[in-house]
Amino acid sequence: MAHVGFPEQDGRTDGPLRQRVHGPAGRAVSDPPGLPRRDLPGLDRAWSRVVVAPDAEGMPRHWHLLDTGPLLQERGEEVVGTLLCVHGNPTWSYLWRRVLAQAPPGWRVVAVDQLGMGWSERTAEPRTLAQRVDDLDHLTDALGLTGAGPLAVLAHDWGGPVSLGWALRHTSDLAGVVLTNTAVHQPAEFAPPAVIRLARAPWLLAQVCRRTPAFVRATTALSVPPLPAPVREAFAAPYRTPGRRAAVADFVADIPFEADHPSRATLDAVADGLSALADVPALLVWGPRDPVFGQRYLDDLATRLPHADVQRYAGASHLVLEDRPEGIDVVWRWLRENVATGSGRPAAVGSAGHPEEPAESSRSLSDDVPRVAVRVDTSAPDSPAVVELRGGRRSVTFGELDRLVDDVARGLLARGVVPGDRVAVLVPPGIELTTLVYALWRIGAVVVIADAGLGLGRLGSSLRSAGPRHVVGIGRALRLADVTRVPGQRLRVEPGGDELARLAEEGRGASPALPDPDEVGGDADGAVLFTSGATGPPKGVVYTRDRLGAQVALLRDTFGLGRGERLVAAFAPFALYGPALGLTGVVPDMDVTAPQTLTAAGLAEAVTAVDATVVFAAPAALRNVVATAEGLDERGRTALAGPRLVLSAGAPVPVDLLRRVRELLTHASTHTPYGMTEALPVATLDPVEELGAGGPGSTDAAQDGVCVGRPLERVEVGVAPLDAHGIPAEELVTTPGAVGEIVVRGPHVKDRYDRLWTTQRASERPVGWHRTGDVGHLDEHGRLWVEGRLAHVISTPDGPVPPYAVEARVRALPDVADAAVVGVGPEGTQQLVVVLVPTERGGAVARLTGAPRGQARLAPGATADAVRRVAGVPVAAVLVRDWLPVDVRHASKVDRGALARWADGVLHGRTVRGRVAALLPGPAHAPMTRSR
Amino acid sequence: MADRVLVTGASGMLGGAVADLLAERGQDVTVMQRRSAGGRHREVLGDIRDRDAVRRAVAGQDAVVHLAAKVDVVGPWMDFVRVNATGTRNVVEALRSGGGGRLVQVSSPSVAHTGRSLAGEGAGPASPMRARGHYARTKAAAELFALLADSPDLAVTAVRPHLVWGPGDTQLVGRIAERARQGRLALVGPGTALIDTTYVDNAAEAVVAALERIEHAHGEAFVVTNGEPRPVGELVAAICRAVGAPAPRLHVPRPLAWTLGAVVEGAVAVSERLPGVPAVTQPPLTRFLAEQIGTAHWFDQRRTREVLAWTPRVSIDEGLARLAEASRA
Repeated sequence: MAHVGFPEQDGRTDGPLRQRVHGPAGRAVSDPPGLPRRDLPGLDRAWSRVVVAPDAEGMPRHWHLLDTGPLLQERGEEVVGTLLCVHGNPTWSYLWRRVLAQAPPGWRVVAVDQLGMGWSERTAEPRTLAQRVDDLDHLTDALGLTGAGPLAVLAHDWGGPVSLGWALRHTSDLAGVVLTNTAVHQPAEFAPPAVIRLARAPWLLAQVCRRTPAFVRATTALSVPPLPAPVREAFAAPYRTPGRRAAVADFVADIPFEADHPSRATLDAVADGLSALADVPALLVWGPRDPVFGQRYLDDLATRLPHADVQRYAGASHLVLEDRPEGIDVVWRWLRENVATGSGRPAAVGSAGHPEEPAESSRSLSDDVPRVAVRVDTSAPDSPAVVELRGGRRSVTFGELDRLVDDVARGLLARGVVPGDRVAVLVPPGIELTTLVYALWRIGAVVVIADAGLGLGRLGSSLRSAGPRHVVGIGRALRLADVTRVPGQRLRVEPGGDELARLAEEGRGASPALPDPDEVGGDADGAVLFTSGATGPPKGVVYTRDRLGAQVALLRDTFGLGRGERLVAAFAPFALYGPALGLTGVVPDMDVTAPQTLTAAGLAEAVTAVDATVVFAAPAALRNVVATAEGLDERGRTALAGPRLVLSAGAPVPVDLLRRVRELLTHASTHTPYGMTEALPVATLDPVEELGAGGPGSTDAAQDGVCVGRPLERVEVGVAPLDAHGIPAEELVTTPGAVGEIVVRGPHVKDRYDRLWTTQRASERPVGWHRTGDVGHLDEHGRLWVEGRLAHVISTPDGPVPPYAVEARVRALPDVADAAVVGVGPEGTQQLVVVLVPTERGGAVARLTGAPRGQARLAPGATADAVRRVAGVPVAAVLVRDWLPVDVRHASKVDRGALARWADGVLHGRTVRGRVAALLPGPAHAPMTRSR
Repeated sequence: MADRVLVTGASGMLGGAVADLLAERGQDVTVMQRRSAGGRHREVLGDIRDRDAVRRAVAGQDAVVHLAAKVDVVGPWMDFVRVNATGTRNVVEALRSGGGGRLVQVSSPSVAHTGRSLAGEGAGPASPMRARGHYARTKAAAELFALLADSPDLAVTAVRPHLVWGPGDTQLVGRIAERARQGRLALVGPGTALIDTTYVDNAAEAVVAALERIEHAHGEAFVVTNGEPRPVGELVAAICRAVGAPAPRLHVPRPLAWTLGAVVEGAVAVSERLPGVPAVTQPPLTRFLAEQIGTAHWFDQRRTREVLAWTPRVSIDEGLARLAEASRA
């Protein structure tokens, strides 16, 4: 809007303004606002301009800005959106140079230097937060930014409160908010950041922030990886003298830690006002390795802006967009997708100036999707709900469980758990875990579950990434949480301990009102689970309550799990769903985190205890059951004839193993559901039946890969065909035989990846589907065949080769115990290498040290010839090892990445430096063990 | 109408195969060599180092396939310069003074090899300064010189076949067989380095394809291989099997091989300088050899196959069978 009265509102300064700059050292510096005549890396001088606008008190002030507006005007481009960027302390608009440089067509970017900062005018007095909000307000008026189309803000550090304070006054113009490493609230339970507290100490403040450039320099020294020296210099350029640094110290002094601080009320108003932004799309981009605005502030903001998308860059620090420049692309992509612009997308600006909601509503499930409420089924209150056989028998009926859940829920409320809170639950399966999870769901909290199979370090980093407000766990888990600096209040619960009883007691005493079970929305988050992260850091996977319910319903309908059935729960995740379905669950006497500890006798005991009809066990557990079958007495054998169904998931299950399981559980069919943390189950089959004579399975020799059955009802499966380079297409097909990435859709598919906006976007193509990362095809009977992981597809000059089929053919050779296929060399021209484990292995020493060194690594000529004859594709080399690296959780997924690096080294495709680097363990690498 | 094509170095296995293939395809082939080999092609006798002899041979030809080179692993530097670098210059200048034509410079992947592993790489730039050994350095200079001469009148392409072998091969197969029979054949390292090789018929077809497709291929160098890399140990064993020689039993650790190579090279250099001592021309090991068989050497063939519109027709297994048949005969 035009603002008469400010003659220089839109002009560059005609003559240099002489200003006096105050300084504690008593030095007055005269220098004009505006960029000095010096090139700074990445900065286009054409963006730089000086604008005069009144400050909070009406005094005209010279602002330095980086602004693409004049350039757009020059080019005659219509402005479709404006992004206002506000830096923090002690940086300046230079922080946003790449944001300007990468602005999409039609987007105007205005990056201000706050008064007293950067190349803007120095003020005589320190400015408070309230003044800065007013200052910015007057500036945007002077620039005519408000009321002129979609406007988004991007802020960092203390630019966050300033810009949010401004945003709350302009909600009608506001089309999006992007916040990076900032805060609006100092959570009471945490001490303020030590660095800032230290800098705030009066004797240090002047020293650190003003007299010396220590604070200015420290800010740019935090970056991981380090910033180039010229960039660090550019950040420090406006703060060369104590006089120019005055506002840096003033800013630190203006942080309202104390309740009576003059800026406290303003900051609290901003924090409390954020609920007014519930309709404004928000994105939080975070570097958690920030000594000031670390993870806890992300957690706080994510609570205040529950609808916000989050992109968390593990390992990135305070200047997150410097550490992860790719984040700028993410910000722009997000803005273009979420912020309605005049001409950019069909979602035009609504009548009230509000952008229409982006098409996010497709996420919620329609009402006709069958789902089971995630609460205890009480139709048979006197039947046992959970029976534990570990360390003596304990059990609880559905009625007891229901009451205990309510009381514990009240106790948790009394302890300060509120709906929407994330609560990590680190308790082994059993009565306590079941009670806690249902109690948390009862009050609308979000259950965060991670298991020890991730490896301890990754368990910690996973939990940190989820940012739980509370951690409930056994003593050992809590100690681990402490060591790995997982945030959240601690609550100790031991299996068989009295902690839950006390919590229930507290709950009965305080008796706070429990929310109406139907009141908590189905779109609210229900659980965060973690992928095993075989190819990178584990990813958090968020399920809404509806999606959890849909998963329970899908399991019920697929396997006919009706009320009153009894389930042996030797596989952790699904044991939890029993109470919602009215299933009696029995936890056998075993260490559930180590599936191979289930014995045949232990299984028989569990089956006997409840006369079980269904057994759910990991492949490793079944393997041990078969191996310990001699230990069964007659009664045990009879008991095992009872169950009608054995379910095994989590890793490929060899048909041979299932046949042997059927010899023990004589009346059971053996189903192996296929799926992943993000979508389970997708398909299922009984391999023994399917591959038996007569069925369609008898002609399966022609199919490549492992059959996982037909997609379940309500689950859609598509294939994104691979091109010659092994890149999956965007479009999905269901053509039989087309090989590509398996893409699924269904009511039980994850809602999103947690705080990984880009990963979520990449996985959700097309929208509403989930890219599984598995490669396979559908056959003419509509059955799905999995041929390997997309990451393990070998990209040869003749096209992509998925590993499973070749491996299966090699494994069928005599004297081959196991085989894996990997690629070496650059993408597109990779050579295929077969690594096999012969039945005849080396001695004990060789087993301990891996493959024997020397010539034995190369398969004998006859073996290599045999492999080449059956492989069906060109094989460059055949190598021999005594074991294959496999994952810890299931002990059956071959780590083909590690194997490929090993093969690459053996075949000398790598430099000495590369080989040394491969020896050093990577921090994000999945724990690995050896195949048997 | 048949093109008149001069093939230099046709007395070698690859040169002979190229000349035969060109003739088969109806070209008017002339071969140039130092001594008459009594082959079926028209012969021009002369030394590639002799500028006038080369000029006479090239006169009236439409194209030249230049294979003549000194390929020994040891020898005085200047011998390599005269044959490989000066020889190529003589050919290029002869073509130029004759008003142009086409030239296929047969080169070697070693011109771009600086000693590290090559896994799936394309044709790197020839580097006379950093290539390893006299042969590779002089061939690198020759290739650069030839490709620089590429112009509208004179189309030049360079083809780099890697480790050419086949029946009648005196270099790779011949040496392996001979040493294996003497029980002197050793593998450097565990024998797992992945190595590309080229069956001779495939190499010859690639060279001819380069000539036929020179309008697409000029100004560029192409590595030519079978595209079937094999661990060197497996390959050597297979060659031994094919020629009926015992498989190698000795394994020399890589650092030791390199050191031994250095010692041998020193001894060879001394032998070249000492009067009265016969010069060693077939040393058991050099650093260059140690590197060649101790590190991976395999190449990205996609560009070569696309531009030359050529694919190898004889697989390694088929080549080995032919080798076995030839050595039984």
